[in-house]
Amino acid sequence: MKVLILGAGQVGRTAAYHLSREPANEVTIVDTNEDVLRELQDRLDVRTVAGSASYPSVLEAAGIVDTDILVALTSSDEVNMIACEIAHTLYRTPTRIARIRASEYTSREKLFSDGAIAVDVWINPEQLVTEYIERLIHNPGALQVVDFADGKVRLVGLRALRGGLLVGQQVRTLKDHMPHADARIVAIYRDDRAIAPTGETVVQEGDEIFFIAARDHIQRMMAEIRRAEEPVRRIVIAGGGHIGFRLALQLESKYQVKLIERDPKRARACSERLENTIVLQGDAQDEELLIEENIDSTDVFAALTNSEEANVLSAMLAGRLGARKVMALVNKPSYGDLMEHRSIDIVISPQTVTIGSLLAHVRRGDVVRVHSLRRGSAEALETVVHGPADRSRVVGRKIQDIPLPDGSSISAVVRGERVIIAHHDTVIEEDDHVIMFLVDPRQVDAVERIFQVE
Amino acid sequence: MRSLLAVFNVLGSLLLFCGVLYALPAITALLYGETGTAVTFIAGGLLAALIGLALRFATRPFREQLKARDGYLLVTAGWLLVTAVAALPLMREIPGISFTDAYFEAMSGLTTTGVTTLSHVDLLPHAVNLWRHALQWFGGMAMIVLAVAILPLLGVGGMQVHRADAPGSVKDARLTPRITQTARALWLVYLGLTVLCVLGLLMAGMPFFDAICHAFTVMSLGGYSTHDASIAWFHSGRIEFVSGLFLLVAAINFSTHFAAVRKGEPSLYLRDPEARWMLIWIGLSIAALSVYVWQSGVYPSLGSALRYVSFSVISLATTSGLISVDYSVWPLFVPMWMLLLGCVTSSTGSPGGGIKMFRALVLLKQSLREMFVLVHPQAVAPLKIAGSVIPNRAVYSVLAFIFVYFMTLVVLTLALLASGLDFISAFTAVLGSLNNAGPGLGLVGPGHSWWALSDYQAWICIAAMFLGRIELFTALVLFTPAFWRK
Repeated sequence: MKVLILGAGQVGRTAAYHLSREPANEVTIVDTNEDVLRELQDRLDVRTVAGSASYPSVLEAAGIVDTDILVALTSSDEVNMIACEIAHTLYRTPTRIARIRASEYTSREKLFSDGAIAVDVWINPEQLVTEYIERLIHNPGALQVVDFADGKVRLVGLRALRGGLLVGQQVRTLKDHMPHADARIVAIYRDDRAIAPTGETVVQEGDEIFFIAARDHIQRMMAEIRRAEEPVRRIVIAGGGHIGFRLALQLESKYQVKLIERDPKRARACSERLENTIVLQGDAQDEELLIEENIDSTDVFAALTNSEEANVLSAMLAGRLGARKVMALVNKPSYGDLMEHRSIDIVISPQTVTIGSLLAHVRRGDVVRVHSLRRGSAEALETVVHGPADRSRVVGRKIQDIPLPDGSSISAVVRGERVIIAHHDTVIEEDDHVIMFLVDPRQVDAVERIFQVE
Repeated sequence: MRSLLAVFNVLGSLLLFCGVLYALPAITALLYGETGTAVTFIAGGLLAALIGLALRFATRPFREQLKARDGYLLVTAGWLLVTAVAALPLMREIPGISFTDAYFEAMSGLTTTGVTTLSHVDLLPHAVNLWRHALQWFGGMAMIVLAVAILPLLGVGGMQVHRADAPGSVKDARLTPRITQTARALWLVYLGLTVLCVLGLLMAGMPFFDAICHAFTVMSLGGYSTHDASIAWFHSGRIEFVSGLFLLVAAINFSTHFAAVRKGEPSLYLRDPEARWMLIWIGLSIAALSVYVWQSGVYPSLGSALRYVSFSVISLATTSGLISVDYSVWPLFVPMWMLLLGCVTSSTGSPGGGIKMFRALVLLKQSLREMFVLVHPQAVAPLKIAGSVIPNRAVYSVLAFIFVYFMTLVVLTLALLASGLDFISAFTAVLGSLNNAGPGLGLVGPGHSWWALSDYQAWICIAAMFLGRIELFTALVLFTPAFWRK
């Protein structure tokens, strides 16, 4: 598939990385900054074009004419919209995706309807990251929480701790603990290596476990793996940028939220729009400020500034001063691996959160949702099964008979409103939404081929 | 000097307009066959119109040269002049009345204070009674337009936040693009509500003439009645209910009324923080005071305590001053509470007086903010009302306004004490006048005429009514040298 990415910022570069590592894709990336492009070309197998992303001549040079998917990810909403509009009007590009931040635009659905602005799908990375952090806070103890089938099913990643009922037990005993709540452990990582869970696998303390369950059973299931945590009440957010501000706005009605922002003007702007949040003007790495604001009785400290080094430092400091759980927004995957589980409880990688929503549109077959897990080393996806049975390798078969590659498994099936947690003898039907877990994302090609209608 | 002449030009127009208003009592007099009274009003109207025309003609070259700053002089001079003109027919028609008392009566009407130095108002000619009540109604209207259209431009006492073009304005949007249209729209709402009030009072069993007069009183939050005994004369729970209801309506910002009517969204009332807090405070006061009055044994049943207390609380809190019962026989705590409630409950953009709910909320939130910052020294905490930020400049104006308000209260109370009046009478007379509410306690208590006041004391009260009505600063600024310096 020919993909044209506009803008080589954080999100653009990550998208290029993820898309170009799937052999079926040809990726071109456009940006005004030639240095960034040169550096990108050294690392990735992509074509780069320097120039203004919305100019037809630049788009033509980047091969817009036979592009299948245009992904406009520049920092300007307006440039992204215009680029999509131009691609549609002049070149009839089939699929156009744009990053649009301002809710002024996205809240007016009619703007992106047929015949209006030619954007098929808009994504808002900051909003996605905010929702992601929100889910983590609502489910204390989880490392990752992602939604499938409009939130009917959730995949949760968490670390096993002493006190969980299942710790030290075989996976099969889950049925005895929770006879009614249907849930399934889909992956276990021990010392950063995936082990395929079977009924006999014994859960050990320190394992990173992914399970899938209907939304209502999540809390019960988490208690199986680690002792239930106190619910979160007090939250301190460092950084009043797009993400920090949005998060405070979302959380302030349910939790006690404090927001620390260094820039006086930005702090003022945040305080004017937030109702119950206490906005503090100061540095989140300032020990005295943190102590003065009772960091030791804080349940969650989330460092969400634009500087990842500052995030790491302030989160570590907050953790040492007694915050119960610290999170940091970190872009570089290597930093994340370095920090997580040591001095920082949860490392949030904005790219992994965002990239899934892009990948879903690039995939073959009817892929509804893709979530990148463990900072890109695993993937979960939701796909729609199409029939009829005589032309599909999936419809009408039991799960155990579907020839999936090793390391890939079907975790759950959503049939209409019903959530079915997968068993080896579950029979797939036409129009089911199948949720799969891939230990190795490079297998996605093989998996997709199985689901394609012949 | 040129701007002074320009002010005179506008004053001429104002007088001309007043002359036209005389038609109302004149026609009433003719209808009731009070020929002599009719002649007075027609002559008065012609006189006012002629002086107005002459002023306008003489200063014609200077029209349209007003600056925003001239607004202070215009409002002050206009109010005093119109009061004098309105007092003239009273001097002729009420036997034995002094100029002081006539001016007091006209000022009390125009400022919607509604206390009188007259006794036996039941015996006055219909036209004179209508004139007294109509003065309140016109005064109330003038206040609404002043508060919505003019004071925000001048920025008196934090009112700049109500400027339609101010960033983060408290009000949804400006009513209409032009001041004249805004004024006309408010007139219509005011008139419409008054008509509804007349109908309501008629249905509650009030005679026609009384209903007109009391509707004028109620909608302007004045206090005049066609009877010495005020509302109590009717002995009717239904009349008290209807007037109480419309008092509450009149104490809400008229631009909220306008917006709610035009958009057809009653929820706008709940989003108006002033209306919301007014209802909460009045509701809580009624509940607490009813129980208190009942427990202290004034009334045998909670029901009758509730009836009298609720009307009195509404009447005094909205700064009307209509009286359904002699509350001075209740324990002092209760009338004091009600009088002080009048300082803060009515909304900006209503004919009510006092500090106003908006400023009270700013003061309250500023005090809370001070304490909040003590706990969180690095907090950024802008003062917000209903989600809009009040700029610090406006907060300071409000604080200054409240300081000057209380200083005025203290100074004028001392001025009355100096004349030998007892403390309760002096304090409540100034409080009632400054809030444009009316009755107080003691010599100026409910159901009393204020005839006992000496001329000196009456002028102190006139000053209090006037200052309270035009929001203190509008008049006080004229006494600063900076205003007159070129």
